[in-house]
Formats: sequence, C-alpha cells, structure tokens
Amino acid sequence: MKNIKIYNSRKRSNFIGLSLSMIAMTLGMIALTWILFVLISKGFSAFNSNFFFNSTPAAGSAGGGLANAIVGSLMIVASCTLISTPIGILAGVYLSEYGDRSKIANITRLVTDVMLSAPSIVIGLFVYAIYVSKVKHFSGFAGTIALSLLAVPVIVKTTENILRLVPNTLREAAYALGAPKWKVSITVILKAAKSGVITGVLLAVARVSGETAPLLFTALNNQFFSTDMNKPISTLPVVIYQFAMSPYVNWINLAWGGALLITLTVLGLNIFARVFFREKR
Amino acid sequence: MADNLSQNTPSNKIKLNLRVNKVARIQYLQDFFFHKLTLFFASLVLIVLLGIIISLVISAWPTLKESGIGFFFKNEWNVVNSKFGGLSSIYGTLVTSIIALLIAVPISFGIAVFLTETCPIWLRRPLGIAIEMLAAIPSIIYGMFGLFVFAPIFGDYIQPALNSSLGQIPFIGILFSGPQNGIGVLCAGIILSFMIIPFIASVIRDVFSIVPPILKESAYGIGCTTWEVVTRIVLPYTRVGVVGGVMLGLGRALGETMAVTFVIGNAHRINASLFSPGSSIASTLANEFGEAEPGLHYASLFALGLTLFIITFAVLFAAKLMLANIDKKKGVKS
Repeated sequence: MKNIKIYNSRKRSNFIGLSLSMIAMTLGMIALTWILFVLISKGFSAFNSNFFFNSTPAAGSAGGGLANAIVGSLMIVASCTLISTPIGILAGVYLSEYGDRSKIANITRLVTDVMLSAPSIVIGLFVYAIYVSKVKHFSGFAGTIALSLLAVPVIVKTTENILRLVPNTLREAAYALGAPKWKVSITVILKAAKSGVITGVLLAVARVSGETAPLLFTALNNQFFSTDMNKPISTLPVVIYQFAMSPYVNWINLAWGGALLITLTVLGLNIFARVFFREKR
Repeated sequence: MADNLSQNTPSNKIKLNLRVNKVARIQYLQDFFFHKLTLFFASLVLIVLLGIIISLVISAWPTLKESGIGFFFKNEWNVVNSKFGGLSSIYGTLVTSIIALLIAVPISFGIAVFLTETCPIWLRRPLGIAIEMLAAIPSIIYGMFGLFVFAPIFGDYIQPALNSSLGQIPFIGILFSGPQNGIGVLCAGIILSFMIIPFIASVIRDVFSIVPPILKESAYGIGCTTWEVVTRIVLPYTRVGVVGGVMLGLGRALGETMAVTFVIGNAHRINASLFSPGSSIASTLANEFGEAEPGLHYASLFALGLTLFIITFAVLFAAKLMLANIDKKKGVKS
C-alpha cells in the first residue's frame, strides 16, 4: 500500500515537472511567433518603393523612406566586416595554432569571452572618448570602429573553435612535407575550416547589424542622404530608435518597416550561416 | 631532402646545402613574422580592454574627484543644479536585472529540460534553432515590441490583476501599487527576461548535454523517472555550469540598453513600487549622453558607464570561470 503511494507521488511529480518544462518551451515559441507576427503585420505595410528609395522625411511631413539609413547601415557594416575579419581570423589562428596553452593565450581567451557580452553602450562611450571627442565630430568611421570592437571577439571565438576541430593528422601531414608553420596555418588549416570561419564572420555581421547603442554617440544620425564616412551618417537601428520614440504616426510606421527589414536580415544571415555550415561539414 | 636525387659531386652538395639553408632562413623569418602578427592581433583584444578601462576612468575623473565613493550612494540626479549621484540608475539596473532573472531562470531551465529530455529527436534541432533565433533578434526590436505591444496589454490587464492580488498582501503589496500605465521598472524587467531566456536556455542545454549518458542510463536503470534523473543526476553534475549560464544571462541583462530604454520610463527616482518609472545606467546613457555638456554631467555619465562596465565584467568573468570548469569536466570524462 505504502509503495503504491510513493510510486504515485513520484509519477505525479514527474508529470508536473515535465509538463512545466513543456509549458516553458511553449511560452518561448509563443514569444517568438508573437514578435515575428507583430513585426510582419505592422512593418510590411511600410514596404513600398518610397521606403527603399527616399530619404527620411522631416518631422511631421508625409511620405519618405529609409534609403539614407539603409545605405548608411550597409556602408558601416561592410567596412566593419572588412576591418574585423582579418583581425579576428588572425587572432583566432594565434589562439589555436601558436598560443595554445600559454598564459597570454589563456588570458586573451577569457577576455574575448567577456568582451563577447560586454555592454555595447560602453563600447560606444569608449569610442566617443578616444576618437569622437578628439576629432570633435561624429562620423561613420567612429561607428565602424565601435562595431568592429563588437565583431572581433565573435570572429576570434568561432575561428578558434573551428580550427581546433581540424584533425591533427592534417597538420602533421603538411609538416612532414616540409611546409613551414605559417603556410600550414593559412593554406591547410584555414582552408580546411573555411566554411566554419565564414559562418563565424556571418554571425558577427548578423550581431553588429542590429546594434543600436554603440552607434548613438559615434555615427549619430543624419537626416539627409550621405555617403561621407567622415561625417555623421544615418543607420537603420538609430533611425528606428529615433522614429519609434517620436510622436509622429508616419515616423512610427517607418520605424516598424525598418524593424522588420533589420530583423529579416539578421535572422536570414543566421539561418544562412547555419545551413551553409551544416552542408559543408 | 632532395640530396639523394642530385648527383653526388662535392660542388653540387655545397650548392644544395646553401640553397637549403637559404630557404630555411627565409621560412624561419616568415614564420617569425606570421607568429608575431597573429600574436599582435590576439593581444589587441587585451589592449582594447585596458584602453576601455583607462579611458573611462580618465573621462569620469572630475566626478570621481568631486564626490568620490559617495557618487554611488547619492540619490540625486539634477542636471540643472549639476548635482549628480548614481544611486537611482544603479538601483534601476540591479532591480530590472533581478526581475529578469527571477522570470527567466525557471523558464530557461524548463526549455533546457524539454530540449534535452522530453523533446522528440526530430524536433530538437528545429526547436533549438528557434530558441537561438529568439536570441538573435536585435534588442531594439524587443524595445519596440515592449513599448507598442506589450506595455499597453501589461497596463490594461496584468497590472490591475497584480494589484488586486499580490498588491493586497501587507509589506510586499507596495511593490505592486502605483500608476498602472504599463511602462515602468517591472515592465522593463519582463522585457529583459524575454531577451535573456534564449541565452540562458541554450547555455543550460549545452551544459546538460555533457552529462555522460552512462550516468543517466544507470539512473533510469534503477527505475528513476525522467524528472528524478534531471533533478538528482543531471542538475548536481552540472550545477556550476548552470550557475555560469545564469550569470551569463545576468551580464547581458545588466548591460542591455535599447530594450530597457523604451519601457523603463526614464525617471531618476527610486520608488518602492515596481510599477513606477525608473532608469537604468544604460538607459540614462542612451538618453542623456547626446545632450550632455562637457563638464560634470558628462563626467558623471562616464562614471556610470565605468560602473556598468566593472559590474558586468565581474559578473561575466565569474560566469566564464564557472563554465570553464565544466569544460574541463567534459575533457576528463569523454
């Protein structure tokens, strides 16, 4: 009799625990679909030719689009990728091929991990302090620096992890042919891990293209169409922030459109990176 | 070496040796430079970290000199009279993060349990990716979602419900009283929890998956239920890693800017009620830095930034050390 009681209570707690975990999962899925649904229902109506080809409208005036912000974002993210990719990959090569268990490599690894989730607004403050306040004007370059500081740790981390997956026999085979270490690293190891490294870069791009906080005090904003990287330049996230906080219906609608565009880009990059990596492995 | 292929005359041998030496020297040099180049880029990360701390301290110096340690305990933020104390922002940062953790930890634990134990194998990958998608959505989207969609619902339905239930209990009732317009510290905490759930859930899932199958199988073998395996075998084995994952989420929550700025209400006040507006360090920076005049206001904002950086750095550092221990465990067992 007593045994049956214990058995039943164990069964009950098992059922309750597992049901709660299933509810938690359902809540997560509801959150994702809810956010995507809201974005699509509110943002899709903003997509028209004006949205892509006109610059941001003045306060309260009708029409307009986000062309300047889209171009600005593309320019800043592209230059950030150009800067952070080589730095990140070479640092990753160091950690995996040269540093291994040395003290400096261990510290770098730890710091990289911490920088990976460091508050992005502080990165913005830092770039303001060392660059913007010295040259005395906001600029696209400052925004690029800030985003690169966020992208590099992502690339370092994924590059190192991927290079560690390359089998040692490959390295040994290359050394046995008399190849020097740098040649082995570049032409054998990096080449073998190419798709993984590209995945890391894509993930870094996805991460920085949605960042708002570090651009607030670096790239600032620009109401007009501008491709001058040495001047304030408008970017999608900052425009979304400014427009969403405004009282104008027209601006808020544009902000929803921009939000949808940026989410689709970021999620698309993420999915693409995963699929790409999976097929090549 | 190609020695045995060449003709074995003495002059040929010398020439060959010279050539081999030259190639070896060049390769040695190239190797040396490549090594130093990669080392340089790796140490850039360290240099940037030091640079951040030094530059923030320098920029925050006027404030630190004027009010010293008192800056962190003074509850006054008055731009007009140029009186600055960071307490209200620090309080807002901590309270929103704690609320976020209280909500996020059980839910992410549930998600991780579901993904590692109960979920059918074919669903694991798509659901795992869906959770990671939730983590990839930019924070500004969470902010907009919070301001335009969640806050109105929260103010119309959930706040009155909380007020009439929890709000009637003595002592803690004060937390759930006050203005019911959606925006406020509690709302910011909830939106933050939306944001950090995917981070914590995926770390806990990864940590759970390192438990050696043989341990779980033995437990099942003596007749444990799934829930017992999770709470008595998996959880004790991975405790440090789970705490590390939670700390990682805390680090994210502390430094989050956009999601909080939209919904916290931006008022420099410390209020017992969680419904009332407040401010966090990050939201203060986002709101005021653009208009700050060089001087004490500006330096005080830098001091806040420095505080935030040091707090998050300490939290993340602890998280990483804990997770590193778990990785070692993995290395030994597998």
